[in-house]
Amino acid sequence: MSLLVESIQYLFDNFETFLQLLQEHVFLVVVAEVAAVLVALPVGILATRNDAVKRYALRVGNVFHTIPPLAVIALVFPFVGIGMKSGFVALWAYGLLPILINTITGIEEVDESTVEAARGVGMTENQILKSVQLPLAVPVIFAGIRTSTIINVGNGYLAFFIGAGGLGDWVVTGIALFNNPQILAGAIPGALLAIGLDLALGRVENRLRTGDEPGQRSTTAAA
Amino acid sequence: MQLSVPYVSFFVERFDEILALTVEHVEIIAVAMGLAIPIGVTVGVLISFNERVASTVIWLTGIMMTIPSIALFGLLIPVLGIGSPPVIFALVMYSQLPIVRNTYTGISQVADAQTEVGEGMGMTRKQRLRYVQLPIALPVIMAGLRNAVIIIVGVAAIGAFIGAGGLGDLIFKGIRLQNMNMIVVTTVVLSLLALTLDYGLGVVEQLLRLHNGEEIERAKLTHAIWSVIA
Amino acid sequence: MTSTIIDFENVTKEYPDGTVAIEDISFSVEEGTTTVFVGPSGCGKTTTMKLVNRLEELTSGKIYYDGQEIRSLDKIDLRRNIGYVIQEIGLFDHMTVAENVGMVPTLLEWDRARIDDRVDELLDLMDLPAETYRDQHPMELSGGQRQRVGVARALAADPDVMLMDEPFGALDPITREKLQDEFLEIQAQIDKTILFVTHDIDEALKMGDKIAIYRNGQIVQYDTPKEILTNPANDFVREFIGSDRLIKELKFMTAGDVMDETADVTGKTLSELGAAGVEFARNGQGYLTVERSETTHVALMKIYEGHVEGVLVTEGEEVVGTVTEADLKRNLSEGR
Ligand SMILES: Nc1ncnc2c1ncn2[C@@H]1O[C@H](COP(=O)(O)OP(=O)(O)OP(=O)(O)O)[C@@H](O)[C@H]1O
Ligand SMILES: [Mg+2]
Repeated sequence: MSLLVESIQYLFDNFETFLQLLQEHVFLVVVAEVAAVLVALPVGILATRNDAVKRYALRVGNVFHTIPPLAVIALVFPFVGIGMKSGFVALWAYGLLPILINTITGIEEVDESTVEAARGVGMTENQILKSVQLPLAVPVIFAGIRTSTIINVGNGYLAFFIGAGGLGDWVVTGIALFNNPQILAGAIPGALLAIGLDLALGRVENRLRTGDEPGQRSTTAAA
Repeated sequence: MQLSVPYVSFFVERFDEILALTVEHVEIIAVAMGLAIPIGVTVGVLISFNERVASTVIWLTGIMMTIPSIALFGLLIPVLGIGSPPVIFALVMYSQLPIVRNTYTGISQVADAQTEVGEGMGMTRKQRLRYVQLPIALPVIMAGLRNAVIIIVGVAAIGAFIGAGGLGDLIFKGIRLQNMNMIVVTTVVLSLLALTLDYGLGVVEQLLRLHNGEEIERAKLTHAIWSVIA
Repeated sequence: MTSTIIDFENVTKEYPDGTVAIEDISFSVEEGTTTVFVGPSGCGKTTTMKLVNRLEELTSGKIYYDGQEIRSLDKIDLRRNIGYVIQEIGLFDHMTVAENVGMVPTLLEWDRARIDDRVDELLDLMDLPAETYRDQHPMELSGGQRQRVGVARALAADPDVMLMDEPFGALDPITREKLQDEFLEIQAQIDKTILFVTHDIDEALKMGDKIAIYRNGQIVQYDTPKEILTNPANDFVREFIGSDRLIKELKFMTAGDVMDETADVTGKTLSELGAAGVEFARNGQGYLTVERSETTHVALMKIYEGHVEGVLVTEGEEVVGTVTEADLKRNLSEGR
C-alpha cells in the first residue's frame, strides 16, 4: 500500500515530466493507430472484393501476427533510425493486423441473404458496402481497432528502447535504478490509458452502430 | 543477394551463441507453458461450473493483459528478484487469458444433448469431463495454447531486459550497439521460432479436430501426418 | 406371473421457476412391456422420463424401481441400469461408433474383449454390420443410422429398462417407419421394459402395449391401445386419436375377433364349398379368404376390392368362420 502512495507521490513530484511522457505516449499510440486504420480498413474492404488480395493479405497477416513486438520494433530501428519516427512505424505496422483481419471477417460475416436482399432492391455494390455491410460490420471492425490499440499502448513502452520516448522512460529507468515508485508511476497510467482508450473507442462504436447486435468484447494481448 | 551477405556471415560467425540463446529461450517457454497449461485449464474447467464467476475471471485475465510487460517485470523484481523467476511468473499470467477463455468456451460449446446423455448414462462429473467435455473442447483449448505461445515467445524476449536470457539478449545488445546485423539476424531467428511453434501447434490442433470427426481445411503437414495415422 | 418394475405414486414435479410440469401422476409399468407416453407439446412427457433416471428430482410423491424407492438408490448405479435415448441422439462425435456403443460398459469397467464382442453383437442387431461401421465417426452416418447407434449405445450394458424420448421424432416418415418395425422385432428378441415418448398417436398405437395419454401434466387415460381406440375416456382422447379412428381400430382387431362361427360354411374346406356351389365370398377369381390372425382392416379391404358381401376366415385348409361388413360395423365402437 505504501508503495502505491510513494508512487503517487513520485508522480506528483515530477508532474511536469509525467505530462510530457504521457503526452508522447498518447501521441505515439493515437497517430500510429489512426494511420493503421487508414491503411487496414481500405485494404480489408478491397480484400473482400478480390480473392487474390484477400489470400495474400491473410497469409502475410497471419505470419506477421506471430512476430514478437520486440522484433518488429528492433527491426524498424536500423532502417528508420533512432527517435519518434521509428516508434510510429513500428506501432503502425503492429497495429495493422487486428484491424485488417476484423474488417475482412466483419464484412464477410454479414448474412448472405441480407446482401442478396439489398441486391434485390437494386443497390449497387458500393451502396451495399456503404449502407449494409459496413454498418453491420462495425462491432467486429471496432473489436479489431480496440485490440490493436491496447496492444500498442503496451508496445509504446518498448518504443522507448528505440528513442521514441513515452512512459517507458520511467519504467525502464526505474528498473535500472531499482526505483519501485518510479516503475509504478510509469506503469499504472499505461494500464489506465489502455482501459480508457478502450472505453472511449467503445463510446465511438456505440455512436456509429446502427443495429442492436451485442458488440464483441475486445480481446487484448500483452506486449 | 549482396544485401544478405553480412547477415549470413554474422549468423555463421555467431552460430554457437545464437543456438545457445535459442535453447535458453525455448527452455523459458517450456517452463512457462508447463506451469500455465495446468493452471489455465484447471481454472477454465472450474469456472465452467458457474457462469457468473466465469465472466468475472475472464474479465480479470483480460485486465491483466493491459499491464505492459516491461512494467510488470519491474513490479515483480522487488518480490522475485531479477532473472527468469519474474519473467516466468509474468509469462504464466499473460498466457491465462487465451488458455482460460478457450477452455471455458470449449467446454460450454459441448452440445446439451451430449451432456444430458452422458449424465443420463450414469457418468459422474469427472467422467463427463474426461470422456465428453474435455475431448470435445480439446481443439479449442489447443487454439488457445497457440495464442498463448505467441504471447509467451514475444514477452520472453522482453524478459532479457531483466536478465532472463534468451534471444532478447542479442536484440537489446544490438539496439545498444546499433549493430544492424545483430538486430536483423536475431529478430529473424526469433520470428522463425514463433512461426515454427505456431505452425506446429496449429498442426496439432488440426489433427485433434480431424480426430473429433470435424471437416476442416488441412495444412500440408497435417494432411501428411493424418494420412499416415488414419 | 407379471410384476411391476416402475411405479409412480402421486408424483408431482414443480421446476424451480414454479412451472408444474406433472401433477399427481400415478401408474405402474409391467416388466417386459412397452409403455408409450403421448400427448401435446409441453404436457410433461420428458419430465416423466427424467424423473425415472433422476436427471430431475421429484417434488412430491414416490417412484419405485423394482420395488425400491428410487431416492434410496444410488443415482449413478440407477442410470447405468437404465438405457436412455433422446431425439437429439447426443452421439459423441469425437468417438467412433464402437466407442459410443461401448461407453457404458467402459464406465462399468468391463474388460476390452467383452466390450468389443458386445459392441459387434449390438451393431449387427441394429443392422449396422460391425466390420463396416465400428470405426466410422457419427458424422459420417445418416440420421437413421445415427439413431440406431443411439439405441445400440443405450442397450449396451443390457439394462432392464429403456427410456426413449421421441427417439424417431427427427427422422423422415419412411426412415421412421422402418426403424419402428425393426425396433418392434428387436424388442421381441431382447424383451426389455421400455418407456417410450412420442407426439404421434400412430406411433403410440403401433409401439405400445400400454399407452398413457397426457394433457397438461396429467394422465387422462392409461390403457391398452385397443381400449383407447374402442373406449376413449373423453373428447380430448377422441380428438387426439383423430378422425381416422375407425381405420385405426380396424387395424387393432383380428378377423378371429369378429368372425361369425355359426355360419354353415364352418368346418368345411374350400374345395368342398366349391363342389357344393356356395356363392358366398366368391367372385371371378375364386373364394376370398383371410387368416384368423389378420386384421379386420385387411378383411374389409378384400370385401371392398373383391365386390363380395363377406370373406371366409381360414385356418390352414379349413374354414373357421365368416366376416361380413355387418360383423365389422357391429364390433366397431361407434356402432355400439
Ligand atoms: N428445466 C425446466 N425448468 C422449468 N420448466 C421446465 C423445465 N423443463 C421443462 N419445463 C416445463 O415443464 C413443462 C413440461 O415439459 P416437458 O419437457 O416435460 O414436456 P414434453 O411433454 O416433453 O414436451 P415436448 O413434447 O415439447 O417435448 C413445460 O411447460 C416446460 O416448459
Ligand atoms: Mg419432450
